[in-house]
Amino acid sequence: MADSEGSSVDRRGFLKGLAASAATPAALHAQDHDHQDVPSDLTLRVKALESLLVEKGLVDPAALDALVDTMENKVGPRNGARVVARAWVDPAYKKRLLENAPAAIAELGYTSGQGEHMVVVENGPKVHNLIVCTLCSCYPWPVLGLPPVWYKSAPYRSRAVIDPRGILREFGTEVAEDVEVCVWDSTAELRYIVLPERPPGTENMTEEELAALVTRDAMVGVARVAPPSGAVA
Amino acid sequence: MNGVHDMGGQHGMGLVQYEKNEPVFHARWEGRVYAMTRSMRAFRRWSIDTDRHWLEILPPVDYLRMTYYERWAMRLEAQVVKYGFATQEEVESGKAAPGSVKATPALTLATSSRWVNRGIASSHEPGVPPLFAVGESVRARNIHPIGHTRLPRYARGKTGIVARDHGVYVFPDTNAHFQGEKRQHVYSVRFSARELWGQSASPLDSVHIDMWDDYLERV
Repeated sequence: MADSEGSSVDRRGFLKGLAASAATPAALHAQDHDHQDVPSDLTLRVKALESLLVEKGLVDPAALDALVDTMENKVGPRNGARVVARAWVDPAYKKRLLENAPAAIAELGYTSGQGEHMVVVENGPKVHNLIVCTLCSCYPWPVLGLPPVWYKSAPYRSRAVIDPRGILREFGTEVAEDVEVCVWDSTAELRYIVLPERPPGTENMTEEELAALVTRDAMVGVARVAPPSGAVA
Repeated sequence: MNGVHDMGGQHGMGLVQYEKNEPVFHARWEGRVYAMTRSMRAFRRWSIDTDRHWLEILPPVDYLRMTYYERWAMRLEAQVVKYGFATQEEVESGKAAPGSVKATPALTLATSSRWVNRGIASSHEPGVPPLFAVGESVRARNIHPIGHTRLPRYARGKTGIVARDHGVYVFPDTNAHFQGEKRQHVYSVRFSARELWGQSASPLDSVHIDMWDDYLERV
């Protein structure tokens, strides 16, 4: 069944088809529901779809279980935190990470879809980086897992590029006026991750202890990495 | 297309709603939709670009009202019908019609894992020369394609500087519509916040946007 794309379909026809399909009962039906109010019948609809696709041999329930398990248990911001901690303690690794992020991240064993072309952008005293995807939900899966709802939401996507400092303030992150806020809009297949600044008071911490300080939000750029409790900032 | 999905710079969307200790999936069905969507790509009937366009053509009121995975569920139902995997009646009933076509061999864990671990099609191809150089001033074209595009509206007509050349990638505007990969260079283009948003923006701030050759023109 592979490779049977309809290359002869012209764009007008294709778009018309798409529009017609998208306006059929599926989409219209959903108009009954309020935003973020999970429709009770979606559970049933999705169950019916899965059972149909399984019956047709198009999906394998074990494969679906594995995909869900990967995202729930194996991939997530702890991966990214280890990358950041390694970069903080190993200058040679940091250099490789900034020059060729996919290779450096793979050194720690993290590879999978949506992250082949990761780019690491480094925060410093004069620049604060912020990641967004204004057009959809692009996010560096291998190091951060699937994005949180707020990252995919209209408020974040609309405002991160026009009012990044306002967004940062909402997250409790104040960036001084003489520091550049540098926003990265993930419009292509590049996936960005922020290398946050190592907080003060962490000089004697091990790589593992450092990794425990690094948050998802810091790697998206909406927050800084907070000093360990008890440290003098 | 100038759709509601192209959100950069829009006003009125409200404050960011932050959920502490957010689960990866909020309900079992979300995970199943995510997994089925990824798994069905193994058949290679459509690309990630086509996938993205399917969400863009949802009616705007629905796009804004639906949750993220609700959009994915609607898209998947529509795609399996559109690309001939099932009929509308089968999707509605959840049962295969007698004598209907089935996948042979059935998709297995091994097949779909292989697909899922595959990279996104792109590479460094010396045969495709870059049209722009790092450091060069460029203008984002003022174009309004009615199909899929990854050139956000807020950048159109604006001037920036090529900051990085990321190599060669499939061109989504054609690939989404089965009109070929049209491989070309992608660059991070740096736009000053003032160029994009005017004098009220910080003089220091910037937005980097990834741009294909076809989105750019010389200044």
